Amino acid sequence: MKFAVIVFPGSNCDRDMYFAAKDALGEEADLVWYQDADLSSYDAILLPGGFSYGDYLRSGAIASTSNVVAQLKEQAAKGTPILGVCNGFQILLESGLLPGAMLRNKNLKFMCHQEKLIVQNNKTIFSSLYEEKEAITIPIAHGEGNYYCDERTLQELQANNQIVFTYGDNPNGSVADIAGIMNRQGNVLGMMPHPERAVDKWLGSEDGLRLFQSLLNNWRESYVAGA
Amino acid sequence: MKKVKIYITLKEGVLDPQGKAVQTSLNTLGFTEVQEARVGKYMELFVEDNVDVEAKVEEMCSKLLANPVIEDYSYTIEEGILQ
Repeated sequence: MKFAVIVFPGSNCDRDMYFAAKDALGEEADLVWYQDADLSSYDAILLPGGFSYGDYLRSGAIASTSNVVAQLKEQAAKGTPILGVCNGFQILLESGLLPGAMLRNKNLKFMCHQEKLIVQNNKTIFSSLYEEKEAITIPIAHGEGNYYCDERTLQELQANNQIVFTYGDNPNGSVADIAGIMNRQGNVLGMMPHPERAVDKWLGSEDGLRLFQSLLNNWRESYVAGA
Repeated sequence: MKKVKIYITLKEGVLDPQGKAVQTSLNTLGFTEVQEARVGKYMELFVEDNVDVEAKVEEMCSKLLANPVIEDYSYTIEEGILQ
């Protein structure tokens, strides 16, 4: 399976994401500079965390105007799995690939620690190796991770099972404890916590690895089924 | 040349942690009459006026400058000279 990790000016979790795919998962991965990106030959696209364009204006807003977003939209429509973590999630929101927006954390603090997440939906290509309602440990590192959407959008997210992860102990004030949501089609996931920083015991948790393994399993199944 | 003044504010009902911190600090300073504070953004654009400035600014606000999910915007257009 071949992963593209999109690198924006200011991305700083790109190598974590790259090593999660390449070393922890053992698959192919490329770091792709956003301006040179040709995403047509990749099996999955990873948008890493960081501070694209220094978070000027709003987190992810400037990155969402870059040319690579047109390709992201094209790949999303084709069904290619896209995972956006932290700033990657913010870019997906600002691009309109996922609904809602990010506000500053309720306590105005940048927070960086392990959090308990609850797997709300394990029937997705990103979460099939978790148990439903399983509690997992994944680190967060953000100042603007307070997920917001209006009541109607929240009802839609709930009705379509688009809420994949929630916080056990909501650290940032997110609506309905939301930590990660996917699009209706089920191939675009955005989450604030960093699964790529939880892929080995020496990192403090290896609970994030199963997210990447879920993607790989699913890809293999559809590849074999489609062959 | 037109000078455009753009004001971006969080929508009513959207939690404003920064505003809350400002309010608390004002209260601490003794300005106990402050019941709420909201923090927004102010921008100035100098725009060539050989285009429909209002239409362009409207498009700029909705496409990039404000996020319609959480923010409202308003603006004024006046004569301006780029320094």
